[in-house]
Amino acid sequence: MNRRKFTDWLLRLASIPVAASILYPIIRYFQPPEVAEGTATTVEAATVDELAVDEYKIFRFGTRPGILIRISEDEYRAFAATCTHLDCIVQYRDDKRMIWCACHNGLFDLSGRNVSGPPPRPLEEYQINVVGETVYVSRT
Amino acid sequence: MKQSIYAWLDERLQFYKIKQVVDKKDVPVHKHTIWYYLGGMTLFLFIVQFVTGMLLLFYYKPSAEEAFESVQYIMNEVYFGWLIHNIHSWASNLLIAVVVLHMVSVFFLRAYRKPREVTWISGVILLFIALGFGFTGYLLPWNQLAYFATAVGTEMAGSVPFIGQWLLEFLRGGPDITGATLNRFFAIHVWILPALFIIFVVLHLYQVQAHGMSVPPQIEPNGSMKFYPDFLLRDAVGWLIAIGILAALAALFPWELGEKADPFAPAPPGIKPEWYFMFMFQALKVLPATIGPIAGDILGVVVFGIGAILLVLIPFLDKRAEHGQPNPTLKWIGIVVIIFIIAMTIWGELD
Repeated sequence: MNRRKFTDWLLRLASIPVAASILYPIIRYFQPPEVAEGTATTVEAATVDELAVDEYKIFRFGTRPGILIRISEDEYRAFAATCTHLDCIVQYRDDKRMIWCACHNGLFDLSGRNVSGPPPRPLEEYQINVVGETVYVSRT
Repeated sequence: MKQSIYAWLDERLQFYKIKQVVDKKDVPVHKHTIWYYLGGMTLFLFIVQFVTGMLLLFYYKPSAEEAFESVQYIMNEVYFGWLIHNIHSWASNLLIAVVVLHMVSVFFLRAYRKPREVTWISGVILLFIALGFGFTGYLLPWNQLAYFATAVGTEMAGSVPFIGQWLLEFLRGGPDITGATLNRFFAIHVWILPALFIIFVVLHLYQVQAHGMSVPPQIEPNGSMKFYPDFLLRDAVGWLIAIGILAALAALFPWELGEKADPFAPAPPGIKPEWYFMFMFQALKVLPATIGPIAGDILGVVVFGIGAILLVLIPFLDKRAEHGQPNPTLKWIGIVVIIFIIAMTIWGELD
């Protein structure tokens, strides 16, 4: 290899870091930054007079939806509302007394267990604390 | 393998035709050759704007409610968002500066003379398109400064005789600056102007290719260099330096986003347009309310309008250039106009 070839080769090689220093920021830019996961482990999901027996609501738990169901006068249940099958949001069916996902007919019982349809896993269950008039939901 | 793929493609795409053109392309060498690099630099900066602009579209939200927050998000959260956004802002300023320099050099070297009239006209139109990019892009972050500068700028458009009111409402999407204005400016900035730009840049480059580089009258070139690779590699060195300068400016002098635009807040002090509109802004500011029977701002807008038309028509006003004769009158008019623009800009910035 003579000197000219060597310089030529060196210049060509230098184009790699140049290209990399332009492309790396661009590629990284495309990746959306992670949304800060709600750090709160407890949220106010509802007030006591908001739900009658056999009624439910979807509440915000950080960035994710949760489902709160009043199953009797003094008993509530709360779960992550994202179906474990394909991420649809579930709802409560008072006719079946079950949690139902409308997308692919998945059913969960009132402990969150997947009992029929395609969902592969149970829903994550949250803890309930009723303090005065407020229903608090917390993640363990 | 590599050879056979190339041969297959060559047979269909006929690279050899491009190669023939490129091999024939020469750049004359003389004491003014350096000015030829400004055209390539302009094109390069436009490409930077296209690339960074497309990237910004991944996160920017063109609505009055979300635009400011989305730009904040780009600058503070998105990986390298600050870099992309600041390069886009800085390159837009450098771009206008380089376009203007490019035009000034062509003017004094009289490269607009026959048969390059269309090259000049398409070039001036590209300058206007670049200014349109600057004007519409300035509003997109939806901050206080841009909001009121746009109010002033569109108000000036309202002074255009006969069609002023129509033009103002066309630009604003109504009588006031609202979210509708932002949507319009966004549409103009990302679709209409790029489409126009591509049409005129193709015409411009085709003309440059068809006629070759102009050698100024009374200059005898000392030979020529090959466009590829000699000239193009020198161009590339300039582009590499430009990327370095842009990255350094973006990192060291980031653009201030300021406060979110609030149509119900009083205008903050220090409202001013981008520097390249400053001379017009300042001239209209210092004109008296009425000059004779005419309103001062209307007269100012008309004079600038006539100036723009004369700029387009320069190749037809300088008939002597065709025959290689000097035209000191035009040269001095050019110098006076440049001094006027520089003086007004400095005055406006210091005011």
